[in-house]
Amino acid sequence: MTSPSEDPPRLQVNPIACVAHGVCRELLPERITMDEWGYPIVDGSPLPADLVAHARRAVAACPTLALRVDGKLARRR
Amino acid sequence: MTSVLLERAPWETAPALPRLLGTGRKLAEHREAYGGIPLRTFAGEEGRARLIQEVTQAGLRGRGGAGFPTGRKLASVASGKKTPVVLANGCESEPASRKDKTLLTHAPHLVLDGAVLAAHAVGAEKVIICVERGGSLPERLERELAQRKGDPVKWQIARIPRRYVSSEESALVHFVNSGDGRPIAVPPRPYERGVDGRPTLVDNVETLGHIALIARYGPDWFRELGTQTDPGSTLVTIGGAVAQPNVYEIVPGMRIGEVLDAAGGATEPLGAVLVGGYFGTWVPMPEGWSMPLSHDRTGPGGVTLGAGAIFALPADACGLAETARITRYLAEESAEQCGPCMFGLPAIADDLRSVAFGRCGPATRQRLMRRIEMVSGRGACRHPDGATRFATSALTAFAEDLETHLNGWTCSGVSRDPMLPLPKARDRGWR
Repeated sequence: MTSPSEDPPRLQVNPIACVAHGVCRELLPERITMDEWGYPIVDGSPLPADLVAHARRAVAACPTLALRVDGKLARRR
Repeated sequence: MTSVLLERAPWETAPALPRLLGTGRKLAEHREAYGGIPLRTFAGEEGRARLIQEVTQAGLRGRGGAGFPTGRKLASVASGKKTPVVLANGCESEPASRKDKTLLTHAPHLVLDGAVLAAHAVGAEKVIICVERGGSLPERLERELAQRKGDPVKWQIARIPRRYVSSEESALVHFVNSGDGRPIAVPPRPYERGVDGRPTLVDNVETLGHIALIARYGPDWFRELGTQTDPGSTLVTIGGAVAQPNVYEIVPGMRIGEVLDAAGGATEPLGAVLVGGYFGTWVPMPEGWSMPLSHDRTGPGGVTLGAGAIFALPADACGLAETARITRYLAEESAEQCGPCMFGLPAIADDLRSVAFGRCGPATRQRLMRRIEMVSGRGACRHPDGATRFATSALTAFAEDLETHLNGWTCSGVSRDPMLPLPKARDRGWR
């Protein structure tokens, strides 16, 4: 068992929290595309080192806190 | 377990079926046939561990659809820090299924005994029985519960909204905790943190019925039927073009044709059989006749019994039209909490409708395939994945029909009355 911090960082989206603002797509087009309804399709494979800072910026910018790097989905309710 | 079992067809070794049905509706009949709950056999910490071990050895798999090993789930819940809770899932929101309602009607005390034993195994003090609201079932269960004196658990009945996704385990936990019957994003899963933040065992009521029998007769008895990886007997709801549509207790490993024969056989030539309900898979007939059914995925389409709903579609019905209609229903049943489900399923349902009834061409097919792929794996719960699995299997099973429809030919099947059942009563809200 490895702790989450030892896993390579990955992007995840909480599909319930996400309401398709689309900010993440603007900030991280390398890893995020959009479906035809404007919702993000997130590449969840391990992030290369040179993208981690960009990914964290996209996470910080998400208006609904739906995007996460590494880790468990945000708990809601 | 033994090679003998594998050499013979699984059901040839069957002692008297049914195991589950026909145990007596009333408590007195049930106790006469089965005696009391064998709690003394599994007394103390050692006994609880042994009970989990016996369920594990029996190889029982969940009968709610996913087929997860029940012993493993019991062990996970039992290992939590807080006192766990047991949820007995008898909602059965699948319109093509009524085996759980049938079991709760014909053998309620077998299920309740199983719930007591499961609670004992994990150390729970409370059992919540989840059933769809409305109808007479909740009140009948209340009356049966009132008959039972001295059960070492606190009983509660939760009346769940009549929505397709409300019987999903995170939705049940959500409803019990907050009165909202929509699924929630997991993790944490209910076995980690569920009702009141406690580890929560969510087991289908048929699964609990099997636990009640395994505790009495042991894992070897349980394994006298079924396959090595899917032992025991299992309830199925057989509908459509068969002589006697009803709930039957069958043995995993039986072939599709034999399962249909259990219901008196097909009444007309069949085009396909839907296995596993509305998250299930269409199997073309007659090629599919000899496909064995169990909770293990079989064949290229990954056919599995799921919760045991089996529907025989006549050759002159239109599988695409049926699929379009049911996909529309599944889209309407979305909790509309996540984009892929809220927008993706209606769009897929529209495309299927165009294919089945309207004007369409190769571009429609491409768009449909693209949308199915786009939605898959992105939902908050398994609802969109279940719906797209069903739609995808229709495109494969009815590939020839699809070509006909795409070339603008009319299909005589679309004028036939719809066959796959939809619920008569549906709730609109989630509370």
